[in-house]
This record gives sequence, C-alpha cells and structure tokens, in this order.
Amino acid sequence: MLKLKYFELFRTLAVVLIALLLTMLFILLISDNKLETMRIFLAEPVSSRSHVGNVIELAIPLIFTGLAMALMFRMNLFNLGAEGIFFFSGLVAAAVGIQTGLSPFVHPLLAILAGGAVGSMIAFVVGFLKAKWDANELVTSLMFNSILLGVGLYILNYFLRDASAYTTSSYKIAATAQLARIIPGTRVHTGLIVALLLVVLVYLFVYKTRWGYELRMTGANRAFAEYSGIKTGRTIVYVHLISGFIAGIGGSIEVLGMHPRFDWTALPGHGFDGALVAMLAKNGPAAVVLSAFFLAYIRVGADMMSRYSDVPAEMLAVIQSVILLLVSADQFLKFWKNRMLLKEAQKNG
Amino acid sequence: MAEAVLEMRNITKVYPNGVVANRDVNFSLAEGEIHALAGENGAGKSTLMKILFGMEDPSEGEIRLRGAKVRFRNPQDAIAAGIGMVHQHFMLVPSFTVAENMILGMEPKRNGVMLNLREAVRITEEVARKYNLHVDPLAKVENLTVGMKQKVEILKALVRGAQILVLDEPTAVLTPQETAELFEELKMLKKNGHTIVFISHKLKEVKAICDRITIMRAGRTEGVFPIDAVSEQDITRLMVGRDVVLKYEKDGRPYGKPMLRVNGLTMAGAHGKLVLNNVSFSVREGEILGVAGVEGNGQTQLVEAIMGRAAGAAGTVEVDGTEIGRLDIERVRAQGVAYIPEDRMRQGAAGSASILDNLISTRYKRKEWNIGPLLNRKKMWKLSESLIEAFQIKASGPAQPIGMLSGGNMQKVVVARESDANPRVLIAEQPTRGVDVGAAQIIHHKMLELRRQGCAILLLSADLNEVLELSDSLIVMYEGEIVAYFDNPSELSEQELGLYMLGTKRQDAERIGRARHA
Repeated sequence: MLKLKYFELFRTLAVVLIALLLTMLFILLISDNKLETMRIFLAEPVSSRSHVGNVIELAIPLIFTGLAMALMFRMNLFNLGAEGIFFFSGLVAAAVGIQTGLSPFVHPLLAILAGGAVGSMIAFVVGFLKAKWDANELVTSLMFNSILLGVGLYILNYFLRDASAYTTSSYKIAATAQLARIIPGTRVHTGLIVALLLVVLVYLFVYKTRWGYELRMTGANRAFAEYSGIKTGRTIVYVHLISGFIAGIGGSIEVLGMHPRFDWTALPGHGFDGALVAMLAKNGPAAVVLSAFFLAYIRVGADMMSRYSDVPAEMLAVIQSVILLLVSADQFLKFWKNRMLLKEAQKNG
Repeated sequence: MAEAVLEMRNITKVYPNGVVANRDVNFSLAEGEIHALAGENGAGKSTLMKILFGMEDPSEGEIRLRGAKVRFRNPQDAIAAGIGMVHQHFMLVPSFTVAENMILGMEPKRNGVMLNLREAVRITEEVARKYNLHVDPLAKVENLTVGMKQKVEILKALVRGAQILVLDEPTAVLTPQETAELFEELKMLKKNGHTIVFISHKLKEVKAICDRITIMRAGRTEGVFPIDAVSEQDITRLMVGRDVVLKYEKDGRPYGKPMLRVNGLTMAGAHGKLVLNNVSFSVREGEILGVAGVEGNGQTQLVEAIMGRAAGAAGTVEVDGTEIGRLDIERVRAQGVAYIPEDRMRQGAAGSASILDNLISTRYKRKEWNIGPLLNRKKMWKLSESLIEAFQIKASGPAQPIGMLSGGNMQKVVVARESDANPRVLIAEQPTRGVDVGAAQIIHHKMLELRRQGCAILLLSADLNEVLELSDSLIVMYEGEIVAYFDNPSELSEQELGLYMLGTKRQDAERIGRARHA
C-alpha cells in the first residue's frame, strides 16, 4: 500500500522533472545566452521579495480553482465550470465592491459571499442537470462558461462601466472593499489566509465528515454507494454547490485583492489552470497548495524570462501542455485499466 | 481419436486484482470435432477463450497448435494462426454493408490506395458459395436479422482463414428455426474439416450437436467427456457441484413470525416476457429459505424487487408488516434489511477505498458513528480491526484498499459489513461464489449464527450443495415462477431437485402455496 502511494508521488515528480528538463532543452535551443536565461527562469522568481510576492499572488487564485476542480474530479465529474464562475463571481464581487458607505470589514465579506453564492447557484444548475437527467457535465459547464462571459460583459458594459476610464472596466472598487495587503513590499493580500483556511476546511470535509465520505464513495464506485443507501444524486448536487462556492469566492477575492477595477473582458483562464493544479495534486486538498505554488513559480519564471531574456513567455504554454498531457495521460490509462479490470471481474465474479 | 489440433495446457490466469479466473485448466481440441465448453457464469470459460484468442495473456501455461508452442499477443496473432471467434455481441459495423464488414482490416486495394469494393463483393460471394452460407454482400448490416448477422460473423472468421472457430453462446439470440439452420451450417463446416468450440448453457443443444464436452467449474476443468457418456443431469451436477461436501449442525428450534413476506411479485422483462410470475413466499424469523434454480430464471429480478431497485414490479414486499417495495435503499436498510450482493466488485465494494471505508458504508450516518459534524474515525478503526479479526480477513490493516484483497477476503469484508448490524432480514445472493472453501465456511457459520439470533435469511445460490445444506426450507424457481416448495430440503436429492430446476417436473399449486407459511 505504501509502495503504491510512493509510486504516485514518484510519477508526479517525474512529470514535473520532465517538464523542467524540457524547459531547459528549449532554452538551450533558443537562447543566445543559455546559462543566464536558465538562471532567470529558475532563480528570478525567488530572487527578491517582490518576485516571491508575485508567485504568492498568482498562487492564491490557483488554490481556489484547484480546490474547486479537485472536488469535482474526485467525484469523477469532469466539470470545467470553475472558469466561467471565477469570472462571473469576480464581476458580482466588483458590483458589490463599487458601492460605498460600508465598513471595511463588512464590505469585502459581503462582496465575497455574494460572489460565492452566485457561484454556487450557477454550479447548482449544472449539478442538478447531471443528477436528474444525467446531462453531461462537461458539455453543460463549458456552455455555461460562454454564457457567463457573454452575460458578464453585458452587465459590465451596461451597468458597471466607468465611462471616464480609458479601457473597458468598471467603476473603481471602493477602498473599503479592497483586501488588505499582508506582506509589505508585495501585493499579497488577506486572500492567502482565506485560501489556506479553505484548504484545511476542504480536507476536513472530504476525509472527516459523513458528507465527505459520501462524496468519496460515490466517486470511487457509484453502484456501491447506491447499494449502501447513499443518495448519489444528492451528493452530486452538493458537491457542485460547494465547488461553485469555492470557485466563486476565488474569483471575488482575486478581483478585490488584485484589481482596482473589474477589467476582465475575456475569461481569465484561472479555472482551466485549476484543472491542471488539481490533476497535478491528484485531487488531494493539501497537495493543491504545493501544486498551485509550483505552477505559479514556473509562470512567474517564464514571465521574468520573457522580460529579461530572448526566450518568449509562450514557451510556458508548451511546458504546461506537456505537464497536462503527462499527468492526464497516466490518469487516463489508470481509469482505463481500472475499468477493464472491473469489467473482467464482473464477468467472472 | 483424431490428433489434437489445439491444446491449452495448465493454463492459469490471475487478474491483477487477484481474481483467479483459470486454475490449471487443460483444454484440447481434436481435428474436425464440435467441442462443447460448458460451465456456469464465472466458471472461467470466457477467460479461457480470451486467452485462446490473444485477448488476455495467461499467467501460466502454454498453448500448442498442431504440436508447436504458440503465443498469441493479440487477436491478430490468433487470426493469423487460423483461429476465429464469433462473439456473443456481434462485432460488426451496422452502417456498413456485408461486404464492407467482411474485408474490414484486410481491404482489397485498387492502385494500391483506393478501396476496391467490387473485389470485396467478389470475395464475399466466393466464400459464401464455398461454405454454403448465403448472404447478400450489398445489404447493410443494420438491416439484417440476428441470424444473418451471425452468418456474417462466421463468414468473417472463415474469410480470414479460420480453421478453429469459437462460438460464444451462439444460440442465445436465435429463434429455434435459426438455431436449426445454424446447426446445419456447423455440421457442414465440420464436414469441411473445421474444428468448432461451442460455448453454451443450453444442454439440449450441446447434446444435439457436440462430439465432446469440457466442463468447467470455479476456474477449473471438471473433466472432458464424449457427449454420449454423460447425461444432462451429469453435466448439471458437474457444473454446479462442489468438491468439499458441506455439513453443518443445525438446531431444530421453532421459527418465529414471518419477517419477510413477498406477495404476488410479477414483473415483465425487456421482451415482454414475464421474468417474475406471481411469486409469493415468506421467510420466518430464524429460518433460512433457499432459492434454487438455474441462473436466469428470475432470481436476480426477485432480489431487485425486494431491494426496491426494480421499477414496474407488481406485488408487495413486506418486512415485519411494513411495505418496503417502494422505499429507497436507505429506508429499506433502515428496516433492518441487509444484502450480500451477487457481484462484489460492482456493488459490494468500492475497490479503491479502504477496508474501513467499505465496512461503514451502511451506517456512517448514524449518531453513534459521528461526533458533531465529524465521523468518529477512531471508533470505526476499532470496529474494522475487530471485524478483520473475527472474520479472519487477511489484510495489512483497516487502511488497506479492499481491491488489493483476494476474492474470498473481499467477500468476507462484505459479509462482515452486512451481518454486523444485527439485521432482521438478510438477502444473501451467491454469498460464496468464487471464494475458497475456508472463506465459504466462515461465511456459512456467520449465516447460521444470524439464524440462531432470529434473522430471516433468503439464500439464493447456484451452488446446490450450499442451498441444500444451509436451507431450512427451499423454493425452486423456473422461468420466473416458483415450481416447487420443500420444507425439509436436506432429504432431497440433487437429482430430484435437478428435475424441478430444468422445468420437467412441478408441484401442484397447493403445495407451492405452502411457501407463504400462512
């Protein structure tokens, strides 16, 4: 059993290592100043307080979406709706955030909860369709992403847009709603604390509560869960509610913590990144933190590299794809293998 | 006897999850014979044939073709060696024509690239004429009857040069007329020197067409016989019998009140045929009621109806006077009903979850297993440890994933979970299928203990020895009906029971009615 656990860990580390080696290979092929470029990519993100700050700032939204995705994947639900919810809930939080006359503690709390509640409601629709009519959650959640972008842009343009701003963006978010910075010299905000707290809560929920147990059993073998008396449809619905809530407050916190105005005119991509984070973490809540920080680290490294060397940041997309491919490939094979074994076992009972 | 064209020697197959599907199996085919392979579901027939066809690797053992050792890595290898397989579920492309299906994977080309359909039609017609199997090359497969599709499958194998043809339950989907036609074709093929493996449950057909029969049970070969040397009863006995004779001491205490009462259960199957026909019986406290019958005679549906999973069943199911037929499973279980399912991998366990998680799935919700919002993991751990000990489950501990256990140990976990919650009613469906004798005995003792405590047990088993030995009374099902009721089954012989199971004999309505214990 221990062996199996280590095997998983090794496999993940191998994926990470291959990705890093590939990055080095690209740099060797492309860069004129190979060693310096490598140094920038690897060391620059941890070279100064503000750069470390960049990594943490980027990791915060990834932890939220990673958690939201990990819950879905654990249930064998391939729901990518965190992307649209992250965007739309950010808009909702901004709409609350631009109001005035609220006190500094109540204001962000209200905005974040509003974003979370809206996220839950949106996810509920997808979950309900899945539980009730077995509508494919991948299709409905992806369609919701488009719908949410369209509706969100409409609301931004017609209700929240500041005509005096140069770009398409909302009115300024009130100072009372903005999240406090917690590390001097960086933009790291209180959202980090919320994120880490949430990781603990999700961990406890999944492994220590009866609802988490229902979730794990439904994910492991739905027929078994049904047979035991677990209402799996209900489980699917509440997992969606929770996952939507997490993605929702993630989007809200990102807007209130990092953006003076709401200015997303396209989906920010954090939701899909969350899928990568969750896969790399093998859907473990604690591992999501590590995996979010790793992704943030290579992101910032690639960003620095494009700024200070001759290798473009787009290279990162290649690296990320390789990671995703390797991680999901072994997931895919495992799933396939298990299914075959199961089929066989059923026949031969 | 003719020379052995194919030999499978000492084949053992263990699947990565520990299921032993074949154990030291020997199988040999003589040139030009029709050879029956008989055995229950799960006896290992499919696995053996999958190994022969290169779909599975044997863990041990070898295959010899005309004396030479061969190894099939995939079906292509097997096809190249002259082995053809007609699967129970046809492997045809419905939207393609017969000719297109025939040449799939070996397409004749024009100018090296273009598909030569005219040649495909010619090939099809040629092989059809040669084997006297008439098909229309240009007909679309989706428009063909089942019998025609089967012909196409056979031709597909023949056109690829099959000398040995494996037919997996070929008559299961055919009408009697189509079956007769198929038999003519098979005899024709035999005359042409082909060797045929005929997998079937239908013993009459096996007797009618086969030369020899190999019988499998629980992953082993039970013997090879010339077909004239064994009767249908012999075959049945060899298929379901058990090497170790079970003997248990049972006290003759009086039964309590009827605890599980089934009244007039009737249910239609997919083809409009009744799969359950007015089934009525009751199980009293402290009684084990056995259900015997050849598989597929309504036993599965009976359990589904009791557990509330069968939609559209008429009739009532009561536990201690409370109607449960329309309740969901959680509520059925709340009535004190426990259920050992037939298929432990599908329903009985979550393979990737720990033994602990598998043991608590029916009671994690109750107050005594929770502290506020959290599960009482410590208490659950203790429970798991004590059950692992009580049932002698071979495992490293409560945290071990159940999927890593052997079939017998996995089944013990299932039985431990179901029997530990003081059930009032236990539905035991094939409780010892595919488990070793030791595990079977532990499971049987547990059932007898529950019986002493006043639990009403419904035992469904294809293992006649088990049914006869454990049951206090017995019903026999045939084609969805109860055809016999016995209140002292230990005095019943397997031969006598077999006649009722095959439907040749049935009791009058009055005697059957005594199963209601009313």
